[in-house]
Amino acid sequence: MNSISIKLTSEKLSLQECYDFVDDPTCGGIDVFVGTVRNQTQEKSVKLLDFSAYGPMAVKEMNSIAERALDKFEVHKIAIHHAEGVLQIGDIPVIIAVSAAHRAAAFEACQFAIDSLKETVPIWKKEHFEDGEVWVNAHP
Amino acid sequence: MQLQVLLFGIVSDLIGENEVSFIFSGTTVADFKKELNTSYPQLQNYNAYVIAVNESYANDDQVLLNADVVAIIPPVSGG
Repeated sequence: MNSISIKLTSEKLSLQECYDFVDDPTCGGIDVFVGTVRNQTQEKSVKLLDFSAYGPMAVKEMNSIAERALDKFEVHKIAIHHAEGVLQIGDIPVIIAVSAAHRAAAFEACQFAIDSLKETVPIWKKEHFEDGEVWVNAHP
Repeated sequence: MQLQVLLFGIVSDLIGENEVSFIFSGTTVADFKKELNTSYPQLQNYNAYVIAVNESYANDDQVLLNADVVAIIPPVSGG
């Protein structure tokens, strides 16, 4: 049985798909994190975001995060889906869903997955403003 | 030796390409970074990136081989 669903896509992400993948009769709970595009950053108005990725390595890193989450926490299944390309305000760049027998493990695994994704998965976002554009976090 | 070098994010903007073919005369990832700075002076003031070799993160002392795919990974910002 496959316990991991990884996706990097220019299609719209589906909450239902992530939920259905992790849903399981042995589970007592499902934890879902949904990232959304917000309309401002440091008080500047954001027009849109453009996500680019090193596709094969991004998928590999997301897989490795999912495997570590299954290893580290008492969870059944995990879905990590990320979008690429242009996203508008309110669109969904990332969904992480985790199912577990008990809620604590589901919460922990979900947090671990999104925190790790933001640290290691080679995906970059460019914020477009009315008066220009900037690569997020390029100058740490 | 010849390396395929993939560029992403701000590094791709600084160099003006997504991918370059790079003739490398050194041995390690650390050597590669030095030669890269010589070939692309616009990177001399930008060292926030790390290196991946064949789709895995690499340390400075990793040895590079002919035909390796080297990616320059500026700080990631997915999610």
